Amino acid sequence: MTSGHDRPRVVRHFVLPGTLRGKLHAWRFVIARRSVQIATLLLFFGTLHWGWKIAGRPLLAGNLSASELLGAIPLADPFAVLQILASGHRPGREVLTGAAIVLAVYLLLGGRVFCAWVCPMNIVTDTATTLREKVGVRDLFHLSPKARYWVLALALALSASTGVAAFEWISPIGILHRELVFGLGLGFIAVLGVFLFDLLVLRHGWCGHLCPLGAFWSLGGPAGQIRVAFDDASCTRCGDCVKVCPEPAVLNFTAAARNGMVLAGECTNCGRCVAICPESSLSFGLRARRVAAAPIAHEFTQTREPR
Amino acid sequence: MNDSSRTRRDFLVKGAQMAGAAASVGFIWHALVKSEARASAGALRPPGALAERDFAAQCIKCGQCVRACPYGTLSLASVAGPAATGTPHFEPRTVPCYMCPDLPCTRACPSGALDPALDDVNRARMGLAVIDEEHCLSWQGLRCEVCYRVCPLRGKAIVINTESRKTSRHAVFEPMVDSEHCTGCGLCEKSCPTELAAIRVLRPEFVQGRIGAHYRMQDKASRSGQAADAPAAAPSPRIAAPKPQAAPGVDYLNQAAPP
Repeated sequence: MTSGHDRPRVVRHFVLPGTLRGKLHAWRFVIARRSVQIATLLLFFGTLHWGWKIAGRPLLAGNLSASELLGAIPLADPFAVLQILASGHRPGREVLTGAAIVLAVYLLLGGRVFCAWVCPMNIVTDTATTLREKVGVRDLFHLSPKARYWVLALALALSASTGVAAFEWISPIGILHRELVFGLGLGFIAVLGVFLFDLLVLRHGWCGHLCPLGAFWSLGGPAGQIRVAFDDASCTRCGDCVKVCPEPAVLNFTAAARNGMVLAGECTNCGRCVAICPESSLSFGLRARRVAAAPIAHEFTQTREPR
Repeated sequence: MNDSSRTRRDFLVKGAQMAGAAASVGFIWHALVKSEARASAGALRPPGALAERDFAAQCIKCGQCVRACPYGTLSLASVAGPAATGTPHFEPRTVPCYMCPDLPCTRACPSGALDPALDDVNRARMGLAVIDEEHCLSWQGLRCEVCYRVCPLRGKAIVINTESRKTSRHAVFEPMVDSEHCTGCGLCEKSCPTELAAIRVLRPEFVQGRIGAHYRMQDKASRSGQAADAPAAAPSPRIAAPKPQAAPGVDYLNQAAPP
């Protein structure tokens, strides 16, 4: 972990400011993410239960699986559509169009922006993580974060063998989201399962190891335009960012220093590292800037970097 | 053991472990999905729903049909509900389908699980009303016929059979369901005055039998001038069969002897 120049002097660690102003600044991304997550739920909920409209058109009808924006723009979950296709069925044109639109948007923003900024399960798993760190729970066993890609492959294989979208049929995300939008029911048991798994069994167990939807968006990640930029010169390697990162493997200093950016698809753009960095070495940046600055040849090799 | 065989062995063991893990997780997952599928065996779907297998695969569980329904008929099934989790269904005894002529639910469906080609709600086949004659007030001799009067296709989907009984007994007004017209909307089930509805809407496949192609039924076929479910008669390889006149199938008993 050495780069060409001298490492800066004293290693300082992050300290949560005592003032409210400072705290709000430190928590700015959490606050922003919760606002977006809750606003998304509220748009669905308000359109369904309170008849929210703009110019006579329903604001956002449906849910995260498929919806219609302003009665005109179809939106759909590309992973759900992929499973339906794998099951040997051809979804309707509206859903296909919607999936293409959503896919294009997230490819542009960075695939896993969905995970940190939209997915309602993120609120549940973040709460579990916060709690597990307060109590000091340790992992029950080790599981490779790559397991989720196997789950993803399994979801598609099972869609083909059962003839229905296999993950959609048991998805705790879908269950949670529907319960929140359409009404309360027994679905919270499934959500409780995820919560307890993350709390007692494995840190970031669901989002970071198992969720096939996250795996799907990870595959779309490397094309994302908004990425965490890394300034190697000011970094003291204090490691605060790695400790707070839900996907620590993406914060590979060697790759980040070379690329000037965190390019791994698993990065959710949650902003925890940006907020915690005591030297402000991390910030959100546009990928286009980096491409101009660094040789493009490294672009697709960086995630394979030995650590 | 040299190094290369050691790594090959490791690789094979690792591969077997992964395959084993994937297989066991896949097995449980498969069973879960299958048990979900069984859960919706009896669920009534919105008008225009494809056959259950296709519906289950196509429905993306977005609930846009639920939102579109002006009567609050539809709901998405919750976990351990009466249908596969997240799929739309309705329970007619609670809220039946009021058969909107403009089919808002079917139109709202983006996935094709509710057939966009359905343009006449009277052709929807959500279910089939079945009468429990033993507990039907009308069949037991009282004047009720509420189901008949609320039926949106009165006189077609539910008819009253008024044939009188023996001379010593008064006439009985028997409601009867015609599967050719019943849409399964459930207005009858909703308004049946008995404590537990004596007329209920069930999925047609639970109620209806099938005669089989080897029976040649004259009945409906010859009356309406078309074959019921008999396939077009294939000519015998040895003797050319006489061309059927009205209905394909063998109708010779009622016709003059063939030349």
